[in-house]
Amino acid sequence: MKEGTKEILEKYANADRDSLIPILQEIQDVEGWLSEDSLTAIGRHLSMPVSKVYGVATFYNQFRFQPQGRNHIQVCRGTACHVLGSATVLSELKKKLKINVDQTTKDGEFSLEIVACIGTCGLAPVIKINDDFHAGVTSESLDEILESYKEKVNN
Amino acid sequence: MTNHKNFLISEVLSLAPNESYSSTVANELKVLRNEKIEKPIIFVGAGTCGLGAGADKTLLAIKEYVSINKIDIDIIETGCIGLCSSEPLMDIQIPGKNRLSFEKVTSDLVIPILSTVLWHNIIPEKNVLGQFTTGENEPWDNVKNIADHPFFKPQTRIVLQNCGICNPISIEEYIAAGGYRSYLNLMKTSSPIKVCDKVEQSGLRGRGGGGFPAGRKWKFAAAEKADQKYLICNADEGDPGAFMDRAVIEGDPHRLIEGMAIAAYAIGATKSYVYIRAEYPLALKRLNIAIEQAMEYGILGKDIFGSGVDFEIKIKMGAGAFVCGEETALIHSIEGKRGMPRPRPPFPAKEGLFGKPTIINNVETLSNIPTIIEKGEEWYAAIGTEKSKGTKVFALSGKVALTGLVEIPMGTSVRDVIFNIAGGIKGGKKFKAVQIGGPSGGCITEQNLDIPIDYDSLLEVGAMMGSGGLVVMDEDNCMVDVAKFFMDFIQRESCGKCIPCREGTRRMLEILEDITHKPSNGSSHHALRRFKGITQIEKLAKVIQETSLCGLGQTAPNPVLSTLKWFRHEYEEHIFERICRAGACTDLRTFTIDVEKCIGCMLCVKKCPTGAIIGAKKTPHFIVQDKCISCGNCEAVCKFDAIRIN
Repeated sequence: MKEGTKEILEKYANADRDSLIPILQEIQDVEGWLSEDSLTAIGRHLSMPVSKVYGVATFYNQFRFQPQGRNHIQVCRGTACHVLGSATVLSELKKKLKINVDQTTKDGEFSLEIVACIGTCGLAPVIKINDDFHAGVTSESLDEILESYKEKVNN
Repeated sequence: MTNHKNFLISEVLSLAPNESYSSTVANELKVLRNEKIEKPIIFVGAGTCGLGAGADKTLLAIKEYVSINKIDIDIIETGCIGLCSSEPLMDIQIPGKNRLSFEKVTSDLVIPILSTVLWHNIIPEKNVLGQFTTGENEPWDNVKNIADHPFFKPQTRIVLQNCGICNPISIEEYIAAGGYRSYLNLMKTSSPIKVCDKVEQSGLRGRGGGGFPAGRKWKFAAAEKADQKYLICNADEGDPGAFMDRAVIEGDPHRLIEGMAIAAYAIGATKSYVYIRAEYPLALKRLNIAIEQAMEYGILGKDIFGSGVDFEIKIKMGAGAFVCGEETALIHSIEGKRGMPRPRPPFPAKEGLFGKPTIINNVETLSNIPTIIEKGEEWYAAIGTEKSKGTKVFALSGKVALTGLVEIPMGTSVRDVIFNIAGGIKGGKKFKAVQIGGPSGGCITEQNLDIPIDYDSLLEVGAMMGSGGLVVMDEDNCMVDVAKFFMDFIQRESCGKCIPCREGTRRMLEILEDITHKPSNGSSHHALRRFKGITQIEKLAKVIQETSLCGLGQTAPNPVLSTLKWFRHEYEEHIFERICRAGACTDLRTFTIDVEKCIGCMLCVKKCPTGAIIGAKKTPHFIVQDKCISCGNCEAVCKFDAIRIN
């Protein structure tokens, strides 16, 4: 078990089941994903079968069971984004990164995820990379955006 | 800060209900409301949408300019005023003058605007949005009042009244503007049941989609006897195309807290949760700050202002499941379970969170409450139509000139919203339809544009209020594609508990995919499947509506039924003629080669994945339609513009 997971669980001493989702969220925040080890540790901590923990974790879109890339891309697939061409943006991204949704590129640089709606419909189509929003994305502007993130890692 | 706290608590919040402020207090409040200022203030619209448009860079540029020039100035980050398409927004207020608002202030425009206004008191010609009437300050000449801006003029702002104007994380400013007094007065003057009565008489209906009268719902929980009752604020705004709840929390979190406190008092709840989407990190941050401030002031906590009433708010983050917007699923999610709904009754008002009486209200509903209490139920009931009172916030997006949030009185026509407030369709294209109510709603076409927006009129034309997303579509959008988009969304978000929703939505999606895709071999078997599907789709939709367990399933077929009702001819074109007039269903495009332009370079022949292009070097090529899968590769690689698409 990683240190991060341990610390978080210690914070939730004597916790009940209603702390399960917050614990999963915090661990994913620190480690980037939920490993089998973490899930087992959570089950033991809350005296719950791991199957139940896994059942809850897989129900929600937020949780990942694979490590994410250094840069995590979220493509908004809300209605407003769809109407303004987010499907093309998504397929273009898949082509450029040569990965599918919920996968990570071989060099670990980018991972791709679909989100239902980021809530910035006025600026559609929107993608979010790490904590930055990119508004009015087109297939032409994607190259530049992706390139700027590659640079950040090199520096 | 502590000075303000003691002053506000003793001179404002502790006053008896009918006591008014002394002139010195009133003066001090003007200062706190930024109506009387000593040094200039710059406001930047820094909601999520503002930041997405580049407000963070604008802010950096302002800070840099201020520190280089050593100007003594306050910088305030506000929420979103609602005009998303004009962001980033920057306002400047200099002592004695009205507040000026500038639109589309990208970082490179910061220096020119700041230097002309701050040093020369001159207003630049471009980027001026208007001026706010700020207390008794002197107005600027030749600048329009922002209230007269066509986007703002038809609006009646109750829920959004402070959004984008006040500092969202300043409890001082909220109290100085009269906030939290309604709540504290209420506890001295009204019994809980009277509060329920007031809200019921105001005619306020749930803004989350259902439209159930809020006051009546409260009475169910108020009548229950239990050792613990809960209030839950539903901020799990999963509806794609709606973002008003995010904007309210980012722009005016104290209004929500006050609304929750009043609701909790009315039903007798001492504990409450805000169930908020994890996708809204900024809203989460600001709400946390606001809750801490309210606790510091003693507005939340134990024995609030000596009234004997306790109230606490906890935040629970959602984890990305659309179905958790449903009451019972939301309760399961807070309890740490899979977010699946359960049959009702028993309703949550009787048996809810941890088995205790629970009331669940949406952010917008609760944010209306402080104003209803402050101005009275008759005042509120005078706004709107006979059965739908008050205002509704709509999130305008899609192909309109101005996008953003508008708050309009119920009964305004859809045409007014799209063509007057939002400035019509972008780029001079033709209006086709507006989708209202998200995945549970339907569309409104040209012929119904004049219907008044209220709960019942919308239902009559096969749409529904939902949470208030308005996505406008023009002639470039294909309605079959839109229906398919919603079906895809719903079948992904179906929790899987009941069969009609889990299996039925999947089948409906398959039928729609069949009619929008080109089969790999155009056999008669495919054609048969296509026809069989489409003859059954209405029947299937009806079964899903009637037999699903929760609202998600019961309303899931709505987008299909509604587009089928108004755009049957588009479906027929897809089925019989295999064409998509909007060009959105890319699979149905036919590709041909212009023999005049093709020089026979063989590039497309090499790139065609199915070998559908034939031809020799230096002679024009030809596409075999039976083999073509409409992938568009040939068009992408052709350097001579020789590929034509129909």
